[in-house]
Amino acid sequence: MAQNRITRHPILDIAPGEEVAFSWNGRPLTGFAGEMIASALIANGIAVFGHHPKDHSPQGIFCANGQCAQCMVMADGLPVKSCMTPLAAGMRLESLDGLPKLPAADRVVQTADIPVIDIPVLIIGAGPAGLTAAIELGRQGVHTLLIDDKDRLGGKLVLQTHKFFGSVQDSYAGRRGFEIAALLAHEVRRHSSIEIWLDSTAVGVFADKIVGIVKDGGYRRVRPQKLLVATGAREKMLSFDGNTLPGVYGAGAFQTLVNRDRVKSASRVLIVGGGNVGLIAGYHAIQAGIAVVALIEALPQIGGYRVHADKLRRLGVPIYTGHTILAAHGKDRVASATIARLDKNWHAIAGTEKTWAVDTVLVAVGLAEVNEFIFKARQFGMHVFAAGDAREIAEASAAMFTGRIAGLKIAKALGMHAKDIPQEWIDKAQVLKSRPGRTQAAAPPAAEEGVFPVFHCTQEVPCNPCTSVCPIGAIHTEGDTITGIPYREEDKDCSGCLNCVAICPGLAITLVDYRRDPEHPTVTLPWEIRREALEVGRSIAVTDPAGTALGHFPVLRVRTKKDYPHTLLVQVRMPKELAKAAAGIRMPATAADALEIYQREAAANTAVVCRCERITAGEIRDAIRSGVRDMNQLKALTRAGMGACGSKTCRPLIWRIFQEEGVDLGSVTDRVDRPLFVEVPMGYFAGIRKGGRHA
Amino acid sequence: MHSYDVIIVGAGSTGVPTALACSREKLKTLVIDKRPSPGQGENKHAIGGIRATHSDPAKIIACHRSLEIFSTWKERYEEDIEWEKGGYVFPVFRRQEEKILKSFLPVQKKFGLNIDFVDARTIAKTVPGINRHGLLGGTLSPDDGSASPLLAINAFFRRARELGADFRFNTEVHTLLKSNGRVCGVKTTDGDFASGVVVDAAGASAADLTAATGCRLPVIPESHEAGITEPVQMFCPAMVVDLRPAPGSRNYYFYQNRHGQVVFCITPDPPLTGSDYRETSIFLPQVCRRMVDLVPRLQNLRVRRVWRGLYPMTSDGSPLMGWDRDVPGLLHVAGMCGQGFMLGPGLGEVVARMVTRSTTEQDRIILERFSPYRDLSCRMEALK
Repeated sequence: MAQNRITRHPILDIAPGEEVAFSWNGRPLTGFAGEMIASALIANGIAVFGHHPKDHSPQGIFCANGQCAQCMVMADGLPVKSCMTPLAAGMRLESLDGLPKLPAADRVVQTADIPVIDIPVLIIGAGPAGLTAAIELGRQGVHTLLIDDKDRLGGKLVLQTHKFFGSVQDSYAGRRGFEIAALLAHEVRRHSSIEIWLDSTAVGVFADKIVGIVKDGGYRRVRPQKLLVATGAREKMLSFDGNTLPGVYGAGAFQTLVNRDRVKSASRVLIVGGGNVGLIAGYHAIQAGIAVVALIEALPQIGGYRVHADKLRRLGVPIYTGHTILAAHGKDRVASATIARLDKNWHAIAGTEKTWAVDTVLVAVGLAEVNEFIFKARQFGMHVFAAGDAREIAEASAAMFTGRIAGLKIAKALGMHAKDIPQEWIDKAQVLKSRPGRTQAAAPPAAEEGVFPVFHCTQEVPCNPCTSVCPIGAIHTEGDTITGIPYREEDKDCSGCLNCVAICPGLAITLVDYRRDPEHPTVTLPWEIRREALEVGRSIAVTDPAGTALGHFPVLRVRTKKDYPHTLLVQVRMPKELAKAAAGIRMPATAADALEIYQREAAANTAVVCRCERITAGEIRDAIRSGVRDMNQLKALTRAGMGACGSKTCRPLIWRIFQEEGVDLGSVTDRVDRPLFVEVPMGYFAGIRKGGRHA
Repeated sequence: MHSYDVIIVGAGSTGVPTALACSREKLKTLVIDKRPSPGQGENKHAIGGIRATHSDPAKIIACHRSLEIFSTWKERYEEDIEWEKGGYVFPVFRRQEEKILKSFLPVQKKFGLNIDFVDARTIAKTVPGINRHGLLGGTLSPDDGSASPLLAINAFFRRARELGADFRFNTEVHTLLKSNGRVCGVKTTDGDFASGVVVDAAGASAADLTAATGCRLPVIPESHEAGITEPVQMFCPAMVVDLRPAPGSRNYYFYQNRHGQVVFCITPDPPLTGSDYRETSIFLPQVCRRMVDLVPRLQNLRVRRVWRGLYPMTSDGSPLMGWDRDVPGLLHVAGMCGQGFMLGPGLGEVVARMVTRSTTEQDRIILERFSPYRDLSCRMEALK
């Protein structure tokens, strides 16, 4: 049966999984053994996983990261998080409609105490920060336990199919995220002092300086001398009408489904948020054959790198700045979504609404540190370190430095004769997290002979791999800083090797070659989308950097460089007056027409703030208006934040409502957080080792 | 200076219902609390059980009245505080507990408690899936129940305010103001307030407050940890209390609340004295092992959250309630020993009658048994 799976991808090699049979509400289906249940269901076209016990609202995938509990289904009679539970042959899956029934498993079982495991170093999270920290500790021979809740090393690197920024020497610039994950994983496994626990979730930090970990259907208590929290980030959410419909989820969740699990979770998406995460998710969508109807950003300008935005613009995706989402519409899942322009007071302007038919709204409005472990560990006087996004939200390349630094710091704190932390690392960690700086459009080279690169990279961002791969050392950045804009020393003769074009993570370098025909130079354009449209001889639409069409020009040749096999180098013949302006290729018609189906209702109060307990913005607002200034009282009155996720999603939204209500935030008491951070069956704590279940 | 008939220190399980009772008696009432909203001390740490099943007549009387207030709240005020008449079950596996529980029955019945010692089959029906190995039977008191401490205190708070009570939060009481040896008000971080009656309902901090007046109230906080699970379909609304001791703990208890979540708590042995709110890694393995041994099906129920609260303990497990003999006008309602939520509404009405000098015969039983000047060397109340 045809499934919603990605079978062809310009970057990823797709190996089919081992097909197994399972049932969904009695219906026989197939999926891949070991893939997450959520992905198997999505592959079979199932978006609604259950209905909420309070108001029967449809529930579906949301965080795809084991953090919320929106994706719960019944698996062989027990409720599980479908995004974290692997599919097994013969599994009996059912939608979780209302409250689950606790099975009458009344046979007396053998229980046992949970011993304490002492260890010098525990690292929570094996993403870029955790891995690089572990590598440093491995070099020092420090016995370290590295845990991660996923089934593989790499954290969110494994979702990243694009080439990374930064520099070649320090942060694998030009390599793709999943390739970097593999390199780091290989490196960490070489160190015998690093013990790795995968599928292992830290669920709490306790006052007796013990970290509780769920692993292999059991519970472990680990007491580290030093704790490194490298737990990364979680996605922030927005409240708008229809925001909990299945089909509204984070851009990171989308990348998990599409790039890790290779399921086509959407066919047409609207992206909300113009930071790098939203921009990159849009690019990933198109690579996976998913249409992006638009990307919107509330601010007057996008926050992400310009090169990422340009990549989308060239692919025909309209970017609306100064716009917000008003609503997602649909009965059981998203069928359409409406945006509107904002005035300078952040109010939607009536009459500017646009509605598109989409099946998915990707929310990419920023990340928040996963810092509950750090707060608790500090409160309890543990010797705790933080690295990566858990410490401060930044790029993965910066996380690789804060991880290395933390690793060395811990080694030194343990009395190892580790080297001093190089100032250079600290500087690099700093510079790699730089936000985009000034934009300066450089005049193209005046020459109309020979061969040379043209840089469409006009914004200061921390990235310089082009300077490293030029065999004649002709490419530099302004001021020789990593954030400088690149330029070429014109007196050095370019050989036309195409290294710079192939490595550029922003796809912002082209090569113009006049040597064969000065009137019709050959322009080489990087391309990472479908290959099939690029037959030699066929005319393709070429655009300038921002996506304005320059015309159709014939393809002369398509080649690749050995080290960058997934970046196609497309050579087209163009008139010389356009050659230096050419930056990219436009995909055939992707822009979608807006619909005229929307009647605006003033009902923002029905937007759900606490998804777990289904508490609306209106209920929160009423409580605030009645005088509530204590988040704990707000929780007591409304149940907001009492659900499975422990207010991971609603807390920032509630703060925002206080702000909207004109409350001085200094007068508001924050809520008290308590473990567990993830729900765990009692049997695990009771020490039952056999017949365990999934967390 | 603002002047009141009664100033209550502490907007918790005792202070708020006391303010409600005083306001009903048309007493001009002020409640002062150092925390930002009602119930932010130990009330929110309570798991919500409400029983008249005690061995002490004073507690039985007070909780009887509390049960009446909780169970009729919704019909009286159209406000749901999640009262559930789930009952209390004390399953018995050893002859010694059987003997003790049976010995209380005459007193309990004398004071009107609906309770009986029932056979193992009846216990197993009330606690589905209970491990029947060695189960001898147990007591069942079907009129006990539970309510949400969070909703209840906010409901009492709202009602008290409607009746005119004032509340000052984020306000710390520095000291009692006295005139000619009598209480005449309190000095706070927010100014002075006058009243001839100050009620000390400061819960776990009660000893701190009275220390400033020179009297040492023998209330010592002890930490207990509690937890709550995910919600599942209702299967055991009764509060199950297992009195047996085990290494590291004494009794433990749990019930399923209105939402279907199982709420549970254990009594550590030896007790953890002090005011430490920090969660430990010992609690969950300790309590879950005992709960799964008792009801194996709980193994599949997922724990959502844990927390720690304080039991303001007295040496015999009963509250300290009464006028201070050395400081006229100071009224103690302290040392609730972890039972403030269930005792509060009943005792609050006794306080109001003390202030208006209209105490009843039953009140006098309570005031005698809970007198701060009683012999505190007696052993712990058996069903504490």
